Amino acid sequence: MKKRKERIDRGIKVRAQDIFALTSYREMLYLLVPGAIPVVGLLCFAPMLSNYWREVIISTAIYALLAISWDMLMCAGLLSLGQSLFFGIGSYLAGSLNHYLGLPPILTIPLATIGGGLICTLLLLPVLRLRGIYFAMVTLVLPLMLSRLVEATRILGGTEGLTGLTPFPNQLTAVFLIQIVLLVTLFGFRRIKGSDYGLVITGISDNDRSVMSAGINIQWYKAQVVFLGASVGSFAGAFGTHMDMFAGMPGFALDYSIMPVAAAVVGGVGTFFGPLIGAFILVPLSEALRALGALRIVFYGLFLVIFVVGIPEGIFPYIQRKYQQVERWVDVT
Amino acid sequence: MGGRDMTAQAPLLRVSNLTKTFGGVTAVSNLDFELPEGKLLGVIGPNGSGKTTLVNLITGFTRPVAGRIEFRGRDVTGWPPHRVVGEGISRTFQMVRPFYQLPAYKNLIVPLYSPRVKKLTGGRYGDRSAVALDLLEEVGFERDAYVSYKKAGALPQGYLKRLELAKAMALRPDLIILDELFSGLSLAEVASIVPIIEKLKHQGKTIIMIEHRLKELFRIADGVLVLNYGRKIAEGLAAEVMKSPAVRDAYLGSEGD
Ligand SMILES: Nc1ncnc2c1ncn2[C@@H]1O[C@H](COP(=O)(O)OP(=O)(O)OP(=O)(O)O)[C@@H](O)[C@H]1O
Ligand SMILES: [Mg+2]
Repeated sequence: MKKRKERIDRGIKVRAQDIFALTSYREMLYLLVPGAIPVVGLLCFAPMLSNYWREVIISTAIYALLAISWDMLMCAGLLSLGQSLFFGIGSYLAGSLNHYLGLPPILTIPLATIGGGLICTLLLLPVLRLRGIYFAMVTLVLPLMLSRLVEATRILGGTEGLTGLTPFPNQLTAVFLIQIVLLVTLFGFRRIKGSDYGLVITGISDNDRSVMSAGINIQWYKAQVVFLGASVGSFAGAFGTHMDMFAGMPGFALDYSIMPVAAAVVGGVGTFFGPLIGAFILVPLSEALRALGALRIVFYGLFLVIFVVGIPEGIFPYIQRKYQQVERWVDVT
Repeated sequence: MGGRDMTAQAPLLRVSNLTKTFGGVTAVSNLDFELPEGKLLGVIGPNGSGKTTLVNLITGFTRPVAGRIEFRGRDVTGWPPHRVVGEGISRTFQMVRPFYQLPAYKNLIVPLYSPRVKKLTGGRYGDRSAVALDLLEEVGFERDAYVSYKKAGALPQGYLKRLELAKAMALRPDLIILDELFSGLSLAEVASIVPIIEKLKHQGKTIIMIEHRLKELFRIADGVLVLNYGRKIAEGLAAEVMKSPAVRDAYLGSEGD
């Protein structure tokens, strides 16, 4: 006699999907609590932390934004290995506006967010037709090319970068700003994905011929997705620039491309929550392992492997499944 | 259909000198035909005779190396698929590939989202899910049954073909091209889809049906076009066409009966 695991959806989620047929506070809580965790967690804990750990939270949130942006592109089947393109463009844009025109962060950040989104979309427009690894290769190479361009032509401060930029008034302002943007992005993107528009986007990655035959210009929709993702990435860059009071070639560094992918894979691709969780595990972990010196990378790599092998579906989908389904063993004869 | 009634109004679709090659293979060769509005044209031919390629050419999924496709007198040759749909041509695929993870009715959200539907409804389409459920009922999904809410991946072939038809209908096309809609279906299933196609015809839709199921096709087709190695070898009424020796050779010879 063999045993098989049977999974049954808890009724509440199913009922809540199309029509609202919730009957009690308990059911409301069941649905609302998971969404409230990141809100409460992010906004309430940060003020209690030490300066050092606030710094870590900020850098984590930057990576989380890049990871969520990566996930958005992935929804449309666009595999990006160059999130640092978005970060670097946003960083240089905010830095230039501040350095050359003397604009304050309250203007440079929104301008760099929208402007960075537009510039990156224009840069990637010619290759939106490419799929899978071909698109990935271009995104990987573009930021490297741009940083060499800055080095060779010595524009935008060359290898020195732009220094002495306007900082945020205080650390707490910065923490709240990035966390609010992070939450708005998270819930905004989840909403977009759950809408009819989101079905079109995910349809492109599923079966683009089917979407094309439905009279939809898939290049136009891919461009919109890139704009959404790139804007978020550029915000992260602009924010980071004012945080560090510096914009330079490190903005195009490989770190900003690789960490978001790792975070999304560990946390669960396609959920937006997953990349956030992934970033909030991996970035602080990498900080905590700093004490190990040279062995840091070894342990860090080990943790990555454990996560990916242990929970291949990703942490968030795993938790979600446990939360929404009852499991039991049944006999198979 | 042919050139007999040239005096009548201009045809809805006119294909002239259409040619497509893949490397050394000529999939469609110097093809000419016209299709008046409101007619149902059957396109038949042995495997590999270029039928699907013809569909891909008309709907913009491949570009011809030569020739011209006119729809309502407008040159649509080489247009991308979404613009062709915008003009009022929709199609089904021979290999149906729905969004397996989505419930059946959610599969129709994507076509219902298209600019064409937006334009035709003036933006007042209401809830797309409700429209989708109505469409599914039209193609024979039982109303109020669970089947419309089932994941497409769990549906049997008969329903998948109906879903494919509903996707094409959702675009409110003037010309609808069905690529082997009946293949893989039982006699009973075919018999239940035929009235849906007849109804489309009554609504004034123009239809091209690629089919291997000749008996069912001939019952509803106004005319038949026979392809072999990408060439038109016969065209006309079904009964006449099937008498042509070339057709018997090429088509029936390979079918083996
Ligand atoms: N994308 C392609 N690349 C190369 N050759 C192709 C391609 N598409 C079709 N062909 C070739 O063109 C010819 C016509 O193929 P097509 O699919 O149009 O035939 P068909 O009449 O639809 O056949 P079937 O009845 O099997 O569906 C075949 O020889 C096929 O191998
Ligand atoms: Mg075919």
